[in-house]
Amino acid sequence: MNPNSTSRFVNVGERTNVTGSAAFKKLVMAGDYASAVEVARQQVENGAQVIDVNMDEGLLDAVHAITTFLKLIAAEPDIARVPVMIDSSKWEVIEAGLKCVSGKPIVNSISMKEGEDAFLDHARKCMDYGAAAVVMAFDETGQADTRARKVAICKRAYDLLTGIGFPPEDIIFDPNIFAVATGIEEHDRYGLDFIEAVAELRTLCPHAHYSGGLSNLSFSFRGNETVRRAMHSVFLYHAIPAGLDMAIVNAGQLDIYDQIEPVLRDACEDVILMRPPPPDSGFETATERLIALAESYRGQTREEAKATEEWRGWPVERRLEHALVKGMDQHIVDDTEEARLAIEERSGRPIEVIEGPLMDGMNVVGDLFGSGKMFLPQVVKSARVMKKAVAHLIPFIEAEKQASGLADRSKGRIVMATVKGDVHDIGKNIVGVVLQCNGYEVIDLGVMVPWPDILKSANDNAADMIGLSGLITPSLDEMVTVAEEMARAGMTMPLLIGGATTSKVHTALRIDPAYKGPVIHVLDASRAVGVASRLLSDTQRDDFVTETASEYARVRDARAGKGQSALLSLEEARGNFYDAFLSDKPAPPLRPGLHPFPDWDLADLASYIDWTPFFRAWELHGTYPSILKDEVVGETARALKADADAMLERIIAEKWLTAKGVAGLWPCARGHGAERDDVVIHFPEEERHVTLPFLRQQVKKSRDRANMCLSDFIDPAGDWIGGFAVGIHGIEPHSERFRADKDDYSDILLKALADRLAEAFAERLHQHVRTDLWGYAAGEQLTNEALIKEQYRGIRPAPGYPACPDHSLKPVLFELLDAERHTGLTLTESYAMLPTAAVSGFYFGHPEAEYFGVARIGRDQLEDYARRRGVDLATAERWLRPNLD
Amino acid sequence: MSTAREAFLAEAAKRILIIDGAFGTEIQNRKLTEADYAGTLGLGRDQKGNNDILALTRPDVPEAIHRAYFAAGADLAETNTFSANRISQADYGAEHLVREINVESARLARRVADSFTADDGRPRFVAGAIGPTNKTLSLSPDVNDPGFREIDWDELVDVYREQAVALVEGGADFILVETVFDTLNAKAGIMAVRQMERELGREVPVMLSMTLTDLSGRNLSGHTVEAFWHAVRHARPLTIGLNCSFGATQLRPHVRTLSAIADCPIMVYPNAGLPNELGEYDELPHETAALVREWADHGQVNVLGGCCGSTPAHIAAIAAAVAQTAPRTLPAPPVVTRLAGLEPFEMAA
Repeated sequence: MNPNSTSRFVNVGERTNVTGSAAFKKLVMAGDYASAVEVARQQVENGAQVIDVNMDEGLLDAVHAITTFLKLIAAEPDIARVPVMIDSSKWEVIEAGLKCVSGKPIVNSISMKEGEDAFLDHARKCMDYGAAAVVMAFDETGQADTRARKVAICKRAYDLLTGIGFPPEDIIFDPNIFAVATGIEEHDRYGLDFIEAVAELRTLCPHAHYSGGLSNLSFSFRGNETVRRAMHSVFLYHAIPAGLDMAIVNAGQLDIYDQIEPVLRDACEDVILMRPPPPDSGFETATERLIALAESYRGQTREEAKATEEWRGWPVERRLEHALVKGMDQHIVDDTEEARLAIEERSGRPIEVIEGPLMDGMNVVGDLFGSGKMFLPQVVKSARVMKKAVAHLIPFIEAEKQASGLADRSKGRIVMATVKGDVHDIGKNIVGVVLQCNGYEVIDLGVMVPWPDILKSANDNAADMIGLSGLITPSLDEMVTVAEEMARAGMTMPLLIGGATTSKVHTALRIDPAYKGPVIHVLDASRAVGVASRLLSDTQRDDFVTETASEYARVRDARAGKGQSALLSLEEARGNFYDAFLSDKPAPPLRPGLHPFPDWDLADLASYIDWTPFFRAWELHGTYPSILKDEVVGETARALKADADAMLERIIAEKWLTAKGVAGLWPCARGHGAERDDVVIHFPEEERHVTLPFLRQQVKKSRDRANMCLSDFIDPAGDWIGGFAVGIHGIEPHSERFRADKDDYSDILLKALADRLAEAFAERLHQHVRTDLWGYAAGEQLTNEALIKEQYRGIRPAPGYPACPDHSLKPVLFELLDAERHTGLTLTESYAMLPTAAVSGFYFGHPEAEYFGVARIGRDQLEDYARRRGVDLATAERWLRPNLD
Repeated sequence: MSTAREAFLAEAAKRILIIDGAFGTEIQNRKLTEADYAGTLGLGRDQKGNNDILALTRPDVPEAIHRAYFAAGADLAETNTFSANRISQADYGAEHLVREINVESARLARRVADSFTADDGRPRFVAGAIGPTNKTLSLSPDVNDPGFREIDWDELVDVYREQAVALVEGGADFILVETVFDTLNAKAGIMAVRQMERELGREVPVMLSMTLTDLSGRNLSGHTVEAFWHAVRHARPLTIGLNCSFGATQLRPHVRTLSAIADCPIMVYPNAGLPNELGEYDELPHETAALVREWADHGQVNVLGGCCGSTPAHIAAIAAAVAQTAPRTLPAPPVVTRLAGLEPFEMAA
């Protein structure tokens, strides 16, 4: 029998015990707590349900060691999820441990060794801290050895404990497992005494439990693992039915009773149960027999290397599935070829490899993904494997097609594009990969695709649907344009909408009414397959389309019926401006003017990366670093982070990318009267002014909240403002290399990392501005975490984001910064920046400056803004559409 | 004369009891000035926002709020002492006033409670509220040093004990360790009360209220609701429950879990929904009441009330909604060993 499978038997991991594990002791003595923590992790992974922590070593400060170690594992959810057993022979060490453990631990141990008073004092403390306790069968005269002493001492302890209100269920007796087969006759009964004592105590002490340190039992066979393991397994086999329900064991090192060699098993059994050896064995005692037998096992080690490559021996179909599910591509071409040859052998067609084992594997992936057991990064890795397999088969399929004229089959064909003016494609690529994994043919038109190209490609390829993507707000309008043009062209195929700024509401309100065919907003990549399959299903399509259409109609009705929050007039809103304490404005910059940085150190930027959005890009939701320990996605997140770290290392070491940036600091003043919301930058030497018109919140505020505008943070009597643009260059050759290698995973990883580096650069440059260039926070000392939480003074709002929603301020900013020259960044017609890993914005240094959302504005502000920007109303309306009713 | 524990349990057996609602938002609505907060204490720092110090400088304000909540139907008042501990008060340079703030806060709550009892004969209780402080025993504030802690156990026990002793001195019936985001902090709070009980030579019941930080039902230190129960059960709590963090809608599954396992009364006082984009709570009294009433209807709660964003109107609506509903009967769970890491662990009997 396998003790691991006995639900009522608890494995206590013993590897984090300096007295039980030489390796662990070495790590702790060397102060290598990071590796020591890994030992604990392995214990839990190997099935320990409780971990025993013991730092009793003469040369160690045990209080310090246990405190340090317990605090460290508290930070590791995959370790801290199990209870801790705080193990020491010194009470002060145990109490130090109790002060660090947040769940309900077990104290190991207390006993009557020093008399009843000390025993009950410790027991009361266990109750105060909320801990169960191992009670050693030990009294004033010593450890209990015989069955009678074990029973007597435990019963006495039980009565004392329950007498002070100690919960009986929190008592775990350790009636002492001693070494047997030592050659000393009195020791022969130790195993049996333990088993019998437990059986007797069980009826005497209701609710209590029984534990023991197993390794003592086989102490005389040190160095002979085979025999020790066999003895432990045999002992448990008999002790568990007697009532032993917990043992401190190395969970990975127990043999299954039935699989122990029968001769050895019998010999162990004879020793433990004090049976005479078989008469024909030639030995007088069981001990002698086991000792003799043990010689033949000496030095023999178990085949530890239990082939990790075991799966390589499986049938090829299972290997393909395994490789797809695990995302491993080392053997995929060979295995695909093997499958193809096997099918060819029985006169099959190469396409059958795809339709058969590969699609079966991808269906498993799809099911796991659909049921939330697999996550996007893994799916993209699976796709990489699939693509490589398919790439290997394509020449064979083409050759066959030419020979036979057969058409290929796919579940459906989808034309995808990032719309004109927008350059962001991480999300679109992910959706493309997921669809391809599921057997759809994806025609990816790339980024900045004008609507005529989209329509033409869809018609030329007889596409089943079109998917549009976009990240910046002007893309929303462009999507409406595409929908209108599709309507004009009389098309009816479904139109899928996705991307960060898109929403069900926008789709329902603006896009759906523009087009007669089905319009579906796809929230994220995980929904794409479901949507596509329903749209292409004969049985589900009509229902799905009707349902979605009526859902959007409801959204529109709700929107129309719901009285939107009232708007103030622009004049009223300006009257309720944010009254910043202007004398707190920052001192003039130490180094005004432009500061280009043509090649910022990537290694420096790497330490400023905010990883949370990186995981979000992969649809792993949670905050870094805790996401790494998330119960559900933690494993995936860790694998993704490891891949990201490895690539980041190469990016830095091999200088794949270049970080170019520029910051500028200029004197300025807020405007007056009707120009109240402008900030005017002065270039006195050139007698030149540049006006930055900002927008003001107009939604009526509750209580005494202000209607804010960025200009509120600027002193009309003279102040300073800054601007910046940063970009990460050089991804193209690497991206192309990855794509050529069918490696979407690495391609997406690279793009996501470039984005993160751009954001990190913006963070780093802002810090440099605060502490050096502007210098108003020279002494600032913030951790990266604090930076991410924006615990610094000042803000850097970006055009196109809520506080400053007009993307068209970007050309103004770029001109101020001479950004094209200094950073190599360019703007598209929709004011998206190229390369896409780029950030730009303004610096406001006032201590009260904060981010806010402008939200809805009225016609009056629209007209006023058009006047202030010097553009016609229609242009202003186009720029500000997301903020208009 | 019965003890406060017995009196409370006797009332709780008859009906669903009501704990009061938010103080912070009620105080904010009164738009007090720096002068109101600072009074004549002559503290070196700005006091605006130090709600707890009003016990010394504007006692009429907390008193009026207690009055409003009792009038709305509350059976149990929480003292206005969420941050009246040495750690939080140090931010205001008022750490030397911790004892005074707590004694006075408890006294004024006691006074109001007793005056209501004198009027209608219904027992009213005062729970001395102890917040979590802004320091945590389980987590490192420094990502690069996961073993670092800003505070240690002994310090925190001392901080809690100082506050608990003063609250009891001022007349609190119970100590309410609330908004527990870190289970180890709560365990330190339990230890502080134990030490106080030994000094006083009598029992002071503890009420425990966990706050969840994510929808999967864990607090900040990572404990599930069930693991939390295992970790604090040794306190023999008068009530256990949940407060703050989310609105009633989000708490529902976790109330249900706790209700099924805890063999003491369940007390839940959620926020008035989730805050909107402006950080305001806009769930209306009848909405909150309808949501918490569901728990009552399912026999899952013994004490109900409100946390952030709730007002006397919310409390009145809740009281009215559950007035006729029977309280949850306490389950008698089997005797098994209940251990916990971040997750619960039971050993079969």
